[in-house]
Parts: sequence; structure tokens; C-alpha cells
Amino acid sequence: MQPILKVRDLITRFYTVDGVIYALNGVGFDLKEGETLGVVGESGSGKSVTMMSLVGLIPQPPGKIEAGTAELYDAEQTVELLHLPEKEMEKVRGRQIGFIFQDPISSLNPLMAIGDQIAEAMITHFNVSREQARQRTVDLLRLVGIADADARYDSYPHEFSGGMRQRVVIAIAVACQPRIVIADEPTTALDVTVQAQIVELIKRLQAEFGMAVVWISHDLGVVAGLADRVMVMYGGIAVEVGPVDELYENPHHPYTIGLLGAIPTLDEDGRKELASIEGSPPDLLRPLDQCPFASRCPYVFDRCLEMIPPLLEVGPDHFAACFYDVKNKKQRS
Amino acid sequence: METTPTPPTNEMILRVEGLKKYFPIRRGMIFSRTVGLVKAVDDISFEIQRGETLGLVGESGCGKSTTGRVILRLQEPTEGKIFYNGQEITGLPSAEMRRMRPEMQMIFQDSVASLNPRHAVAKIIGEPLRIQTDLDERAVQERVKELMDLVGLNPKWRKRFPHEFSGGQRQRINIARALALNPGFVVADEPISALDVSIQAQVVNLMKRLQKELGLTYLFIAHDLSMVKHISDRIAVMYLGRMMETASGRKLFENPLHPYTQSLISAVPLPNPRLERKRRRIILEGEVPSPRNAPSGCVFHTRCPLTIDRCRTEIPAFREVEPGHGVACHLVDGAGGSLIPT
Repeated sequence: MQPILKVRDLITRFYTVDGVIYALNGVGFDLKEGETLGVVGESGSGKSVTMMSLVGLIPQPPGKIEAGTAELYDAEQTVELLHLPEKEMEKVRGRQIGFIFQDPISSLNPLMAIGDQIAEAMITHFNVSREQARQRTVDLLRLVGIADADARYDSYPHEFSGGMRQRVVIAIAVACQPRIVIADEPTTALDVTVQAQIVELIKRLQAEFGMAVVWISHDLGVVAGLADRVMVMYGGIAVEVGPVDELYENPHHPYTIGLLGAIPTLDEDGRKELASIEGSPPDLLRPLDQCPFASRCPYVFDRCLEMIPPLLEVGPDHFAACFYDVKNKKQRS
Repeated sequence: METTPTPPTNEMILRVEGLKKYFPIRRGMIFSRTVGLVKAVDDISFEIQRGETLGLVGESGCGKSTTGRVILRLQEPTEGKIFYNGQEITGLPSAEMRRMRPEMQMIFQDSVASLNPRHAVAKIIGEPLRIQTDLDERAVQERVKELMDLVGLNPKWRKRFPHEFSGGQRQRINIARALALNPGFVVADEPISALDVSIQAQVVNLMKRLQKELGLTYLFIAHDLSMVKHISDRIAVMYLGRMMETASGRKLFENPLHPYTQSLISAVPLPNPRLERKRRRIILEGEVPSPRNAPSGCVFHTRCPLTIDRCRTEIPAFREVEPGHGVACHLVDGAGGSLIPT
């Protein structure tokens, strides 16, 4: 399958009064047409900053994209996203790439009827009249599971529950049928039973519109059921990327292995200790010149401290940024 | 330190009977009047045995945190009785309650808000000792070092302030403070929800180790069912202020009887892609109704896929269907079977 987005060596930093935050230290990945890419990492791993960098949502200053390329392909042309003027970027956001954020309260305008917020995107990107946009918005509201859609068009965000608001945010994201939807922890703020509803909804819309979805989460469990491929991030780099079954059944990076061990499974009886990763996440105020996981890694050796490990092929379409071969218990040559 | 684990005994450390906590909704600034009631906790009963962990789960607004706070009498119950070690503590005058306090402690979710940013760690952990004991300052400092060591913090850091620690370390400070007075019973209100996954495992392992070493009893409040199952001996499921089901962790997952418990368990994401794709989910319609307008009859009937007429009018009694397994549902017959198609 063709990649529609190709990101290489992305470096983003924030220049703050407390010093430079080395948020991204060379991130690279491909996104293929129609696939779901799960992006997993803990807070500060750079998963959100990566996606925000691609669509010009990093406030500059204090942020600065220092290096890298991000090419968005379609039938006619290739667009380099990182150096796009704001006017051009506006044509990409919403039209080519839609967004779903974690917190549906702060991503909606409290003073604007929810229907108008959805229609706005269509009016901006397509040559449609207000009437046409309203009709399509009502259809869309129905599609995302809002009952009595016609009457709800004129409601305001505060009249909706958390799950309903997230449905509205999803409607905005898919309003222009973008080719890519970036969902940044879309279910984290919701209750468990509502989370399941939202996961089903996004899957259904993806099947209907055929868009690629980047699903950001801190939870390996959430991503397991919906991703085709998974990228694990740590300390501002991708430490492991692979097909979902491969990555969960045959993880290669010590961090991925640690994360999987830290989640209790439902069939254990709780007598066993959880595998915990000792130590704390990396200090982002230091420039990264070694493996970000080195200080917590049980297999660390001298080469890990000399450079940032590149992604090395460990299986079909499966890559890990690690100099140690955990399967054969030896250092990679 | 080599210690033998304390298995749960049959000795009750805590018993709660018909506990209710209603919050009035008031209107008007000067001549305020009550216009309604939020029934945060509505007639729940349960017991906790010495040395065990009871996991209390439910979605937001189910009353799990309020239950934890009322048990410690941080808030006064509207009705009901709480017994600690056989002694009724509801209605105990505050001076006597104060003498009970060292026995019953709490760990909070938000490690930023629950630690004073202007106090050094030694002062934070030593505070309960200064208030409740007559130890001199040297003895307090010794105890602080001992506690820091116990929870895996370097005692050399005791002059540092909370902001100098990571989230997981701050939660260790919280735990050290809760343990300062050698409590028997600890309420942990979502102690790991704000932490990263790899750090959650550290804190849970620590809590389990401390339980074994010190013979602690926990009420562990959380919304993450897989972590609750890992840490708990028994689990209690709440919904809109009411108790839906209680059972041993194993029983609850193998044979959940309440439709709400069944849907909660089916919504737990598993880190196993093949299993996840095959899994049949019970996806509930809608969301939790507002507790100020709780549904009549069974509070779950508006979302339950199996509602019958009786559920709309009659509150199902909470009853034991087999030893140690209780449920509040009209559809579950007394023999412990379920009418729910599987």
C-alpha cells in the first residue's frame, strides 16, 4: 500500500525560560492509505508534539521545528508540510487532515451552536451554500449518533454530555472527508462504557470514508484492538514500529517489553508482581546524544551511550531502535 | 526485612451498613432553600476483612470517592452506620474520632494538590507525627528517614520540595505520609490514575509489598478494572450511588451476574490484538444519567439492554446469591444463575 504521509528525522524543540526542551529528537514514520497507525507512549514521549508539528499547530515561539521532512502525497502533487506558509496550511488542516483532541470541552467554541461549528469547516473548504452545509451537517450529526439531529443543530456545547461533545468533535474532524484523521487520546477523558462507544464510532466512520487514522494513546490495551500498525515512542524518538500482532507478540525494544509487562492481564490472579520499569522518564531539558532509554534499560552497554540508535529491521516491516538483540541475547553487530 | 504475608482473616476491620450521603442542591444567596438532592451514595452496605484489599470501581459520579471520604468521616454520612474494629464510629464526637484517626489514613489521586508545595518532604511526612504523637524532633526525623526508605525514596532527599520529584515519587511521598502513624486501614482514592503506565506498576507493586509487610487493609478506589483486579481480593461495583455487585476478583471476572458489571468487563481493553479483534463487546447506549435526577427503580434501567417493567418501578434488593457474591438485579434468580444470554 502506498504511503500518503512520509515523515523523516523530525526535530522539534521548545525554547523556554527554564531552558531548551528537546521534545523531538529525530522522529520518522510512514502512514499508509486507509490504515490505522497506533502511536503509543507516556507523557513527554513526543507523540502529540510529532502530530502537532506536522500541521503547524506548534506555537512558534517558544516552539521551533529545527529539522526534518514531512511529505504528504496525493494523486497530483507532493506537499512538504513543515515549510508550508500558513495560508496553504489552512487548506490542509480540516480538508486533508482532520483532528480529534482529548478534551472535547476545550476543542469546541462555547459561544457557537454546534451545528455551525461543523458547517464552518465545509463552508471554508468547499464551495457550498449555508443551506447545503446545514443539510450535510444534520446528516453528519445523525451519522455520529446524535439523536434528533435537526433540533440539536442549534444546541451549544454545554447542553451536551462529554461523550456527545466528543461525537461533535468527531463530526467536525470528518466533515470534509479528510484522507487522514489524527485522534489524540480521543477516549482518555471519557468513562469506560462511553470509550467503547467512541472507539466503535471511529472504526465505523473509517470503514465508511476510507481515511487513514493516527490513534495516539498512552495505553497499549486501547490500541491493540484497532490499529494495523503500532509505533512506540520514548524520549522524543520512535523506539519500535511494526504490524500490531508482531509488536505485541514479539516485541523487540526493552521499553516495549517493559510496557507490556506493566499491564495486568485479566487472566492472572494478582499473585505475580507486575514487571515495572525502574527509574523515571528522561529529562527533556538535556540534549539527547544516546539511547533515551539507556538509564532504565537492563541490557545497556557502551554503544547505547555513544549515539541515538536508529530504527533497525528486526522482522518483516518491524523495526526497533535498539543495539541489543533481546531474542538472541546478544549485541547487534 | 523478612515477614510472613498476612492472609485475609475472617476478622472484620470495617463494616458499613445502609450508608447514605445526600448533597442538597441549594438556590438563592441569602434565603437559600433546598431544591433537590444529589444522592451521591444511596444505601450501600459492605464489609472489609483485615488484611484484604477491597477494590471499589465505577464510572464518574458513581459515588466511589464519596464513599471513601465518608468512611473516614472526612464528610458526615446522611444516614447509615460505620463500624471500625467492631466500634461504631458514626456519631463519635470529634475528640474521640481524632484518637481513631491514626488508624485510618488516605492516599489521594492528585499528588500535586495533596502535597504542600512550600513544605520540604521531611515536614510533609513528619506532619502526622508532630500532630498525633509526642515524639521529639530527632525521633520524628528518624521516623521520616525510615518511612522514605520504606517507600523507595532516598532519605537524603528529605530537604527537597514536592516539585523536585516526579509524579511517581510524589505518590510515594503521599504513601509515606499515610503510613507515618502505622495505620491499619488505608483508603486509596485513584492513587495511580494520574501516573504513566510504567510508573503505575511501580506504585502498585509498592502498595502490595507494604500490605504484606505491614498487614495493611486497603479500600482501593479506581476506574481501571484490570488494575483493580490485579490488586484486589474482592471487588465492589457501584453505579449512580448504589452497589450493583460484589464478589471476589476471580468470581467477578469469571461469572459477572449484573448486566452493568458484564458491560464494564467487556469494555476493558486488553493488550492482545488477536483476542481484541474476536471479542464481543456489550456496548451500552447513552451515558450515566445525572445523579440529581437518578432514574426510578433500578438506577441502571435506562441503559440496561435487558430492562423489564419491574426494573422501572422497583429498586432491586442487594442480596447474596452465593457465599461472598452479592448482586442487585431483578433478573438474577436466587440460585445464582443468570438470565443474561451469553
